[in-house]
Amino acid sequence: MAIEIRDVNKSFGTTPVLRDVSLDVAAGSLTALLGPSGGGKSTLLRVIAGLERPDTGTVRISGVDATRLSPQRRNVGFVFQHYAAFKHLTVFRNVAFGLEIRKRPKAEIRKRVMELLELVHLEKLADRYPSQLSGGQRQRMALARALAVEPQVLLLDEPFGALDAQVRKELRAWLRRLHDEVHVTTVFVTHDQEEAIEVADTIVVLAGGEVVQTGSPVEVYDNPANPFVMRFLGPVTELGGSLVRPHDIEISQDPVEGGSPAVVSRVVRLGFEARVEVEIDGREAWVQVTREQADRLGLEPGDTVHVRPLPGARSLALAV
Amino acid sequence: MAKHVLRLVAVAYVLLLLVLPVAVIIWRTFGDGLGPFVEAMTSPSAVHAFKVTTVVAGWAVVLNTVFGVGTALLLVRHEFPGKRLLGALIDLPTAVSPVVVGLALILVYGRFSPVGGLLESWGIQVIFSTPGMVLATVFVALPLVVRAVVPVLEELGDEQEQAAHTLGASRLQTFVRITLPGIRWALGYGVVLCLARSLGEYGAVAVVSGRLVDQTQTLTLFVEERFQNFDQPAAFAAATTLALIAVVTLLLTKLLRPKDRSDGN
Repeated sequence: MAIEIRDVNKSFGTTPVLRDVSLDVAAGSLTALLGPSGGGKSTLLRVIAGLERPDTGTVRISGVDATRLSPQRRNVGFVFQHYAAFKHLTVFRNVAFGLEIRKRPKAEIRKRVMELLELVHLEKLADRYPSQLSGGQRQRMALARALAVEPQVLLLDEPFGALDAQVRKELRAWLRRLHDEVHVTTVFVTHDQEEAIEVADTIVVLAGGEVVQTGSPVEVYDNPANPFVMRFLGPVTELGGSLVRPHDIEISQDPVEGGSPAVVSRVVRLGFEARVEVEIDGREAWVQVTREQADRLGLEPGDTVHVRPLPGARSLALAV
Repeated sequence: MAKHVLRLVAVAYVLLLLVLPVAVIIWRTFGDGLGPFVEAMTSPSAVHAFKVTTVVAGWAVVLNTVFGVGTALLLVRHEFPGKRLLGALIDLPTAVSPVVVGLALILVYGRFSPVGGLLESWGIQVIFSTPGMVLATVFVALPLVVRAVVPVLEELGDEQEQAAHTLGASRLQTFVRITLPGIRWALGYGVVLCLARSLGEYGAVAVVSGRLVDQTQTLTLFVEERFQNFDQPAAFAAATTLALIAVVTLLLTKLLRPKDRSDGN
């Protein structure tokens, strides 16, 4: 295990932020800490980096007890949401910082920094200052800077949170590819479930300072531990007292076994998919169908249809 | 129309209060050419006063820079009981009259006080001597560096410092390589203000120095003493020198500051 966290508790004043958190991160994995804001995920990441000290519990990095080690001695790479670029240094000097601190020979530093800048596609901007870079370029520089010291683990705190949607998508895919190349154990914090599912190979759901569920994206999406996780990981709707994914519901015009009659209240076409809002016994629900299905069924507001969960659909009973 | 009136008032105000007096002093100093100025400034008393001012202001600037940066870091980066009190105390010198500061220092460090007596028995004379003058100047100029640095430190945030820590930098390395470059302009500004204030300090120094000619006489005290003794050329020459030093230091900081490529977010 690259990171072993045991029974970590942390409070800010009287507010508990982490409660009995235990977590193993496998070497070479790409793990997402996913949860709503205030869930404790950033604090957990900072505890791993040594930027916060846990009140109780232990943190082991590569088998070594790091609980009392300063961040300086942990050899972790940390990437901040707002880049934390050294504004008075060029891109080159930013990336070289950790190596200069380690007093490596000049030639070696130059070689390593240029390699890393190529890796993050910034080799042509080595002499620029951070203020002359775009947000995405700054974050790639911050990543190269963190990787320069060959950290045992790479920690990213909402790394794409401050970027616009387009750049964010590009960087996600790029981070995934980078991890496949570099293989450094990586943990990143996000509140965006799509980002977690797309990038990570393991998702840890944190809420209220506790680990709610750990698993691969498919496991967490398909077998959520509780309604909270199910809601957080993707769209849900209520059908017959259970939570169901709206794409796991079948619509037909004729009565079907196990189906319930529903009245269509609205049909919204969103490009490829269509969102059918229905009313079942006075309760609102919605169904996600392809556009083609919606056209075939010829759904109009006021129509009566029959809905039922698809065979094999996973649903979660709601406690009444 | 209103704009023109406002402009006229502003210009007249600055002209009458600032430009005219300084211009008159410079004119009176150099009215008879450079000769009298050089002669006045090379007299043994003037040279000695200049030296005393340099020593006192130099020490005050060094001490206030170290204390100022340390205190600013403490106020911005740390939480501790009494923080608000410390913040309020920093501003005290702005409110207290320098003469009161001088008197208070005499009460504490004078020969007949317990503290002063003890120091005297160790052979350290504070009042009527350089240490007292440095103390008085330090006190008067205390808030300048702190107040210049605090807002910049706040704006800088601590993420860059945290990033440096995770990259293996010690506290000292982080301070020298990250924090100090981040606050350099504000610090430079604070130091210049502190220097200007230290060079020009009169009230507190007048009280604790005892105004001993050729011993504890600073340039400002020299100006006043010469003026009282109807030696106007010397008074004007020294006054002009003081003003010129201040102007040159201010200009220097402007010139030294390069086109700021590294700023922005």
